[in-house]
Amino acid sequence: MKPRTRRAIWIVSGLAALGIASALVLNAFQSNLVFFFTPSQVAAHEAPSGRAFRIGGLVEAGSVVHEKDALTVHFRVTDTAQTIPVVFTGHLPDLFREGKGVVAQGRLMGDGTFHASDVLAKHDENYMPPEAAEALRKAGHPIDKAAFAGQKGKS
Amino acid sequence: MNFFYFASPSTFYRLAGILAPWCFAVAAILGAAGLYVGLVQAPTDAQQGEVYRVIFIHVPAAWMSMFLYFVMACYGAMSLTFNTRLAAMMARALAPTGAMFTFVALWTGAFWGRPTWGAYWVWDARLTSELVLLFLYFGFIALGNAFEDPRRGDRAAALLALIGVVNLPIIYFSVLWWNTLHQGSSVSFKGTSMHVSMLTGMLLMAFAFWSYSIGTALARVRTIILERERRTRWVRAL
Repeated sequence: MKPRTRRAIWIVSGLAALGIASALVLNAFQSNLVFFFTPSQVAAHEAPSGRAFRIGGLVEAGSVVHEKDALTVHFRVTDTAQTIPVVFTGHLPDLFREGKGVVAQGRLMGDGTFHASDVLAKHDENYMPPEAAEALRKAGHPIDKAAFAGQKGKS
Repeated sequence: MNFFYFASPSTFYRLAGILAPWCFAVAAILGAAGLYVGLVQAPTDAQQGEVYRVIFIHVPAAWMSMFLYFVMACYGAMSLTFNTRLAAMMARALAPTGAMFTFVALWTGAFWGRPTWGAYWVWDARLTSELVLLFLYFGFIALGNAFEDPRRGDRAAALLALIGVVNLPIIYFSVLWWNTLHQGSSVSFKGTSMHVSMLTGMLLMAFAFWSYSIGTALARVRTIILERERRTRWVRAL
């Protein structure tokens, strides 16, 4: 066997071993690598209890209610299967809108409401001019049907 | 002409000298066209307004950061198996450009994230793995320069580059495998979810970055060749 063939075999087998090892490690840490939990996962008690975590989903249409102080806002986060009511006091990001993606960090209270300390907007990967979006809406295909594509753990 | 004619540093030095200016010229033309399409012709986005135009730098830079690492690792594997000098020099020449594009992707991403998500930085899988890529580039550069003998540095750095390849699929598929704040890919082999003029601008910028990367790598490899071959007769004759 030529030395360079031996080196090539070493490199290929090393890379294969490394790939398998990292696949196993990533699989073991699967649940720790998620940025947020979906309402369905929370309902199935997959989210950590007793400490802060993030929930993500769509802001349910018609659920946003501002309190009189104008800073506290109530809304519901849904993944179309399960829904969680959220209370948040603070500044909302510009892209926070009904029917759009949202990720909130906070704690789940005993009464089932989620007290958020931070709210982030999650936008989708569709880019189009306003006229195209309007045309889609009129045709009955709101672009946010699949706004949360790529979401894991959807039941 | 022998297939390996240009594998010799002295012949490749001349070839790179001819090719590099053309690469920079193509990069300038494509970049100007891409910026014109992206900033003037492409329409406003329905959801994000004008801020989405960061995409014309952000996405091509992120693509390049991953692709250059892959090419660098391939040169590393080549230099380890065939013990070729030029492949190792090419790997070294690509690293600073790759690190630059990784930084640009992270930096523009931060300024895109603040107005849209509401945060400059979050520790989600996509952002974190891209940051790891930046440190891999830094590690490659540092490790290569940590040895007195450049050939030993080549071997150590090539090994690190090969180990780091594991990170590339993690970056690319992170938005599919895990819940992330970062949105999914707009362009894939199956199709695109972008308006056509937006896509044109982005692809023009991507090709401009390609051309620029080849140009800088060739220009840099020329200085590396000169430095390492400084005692040879052909360099002295220059």
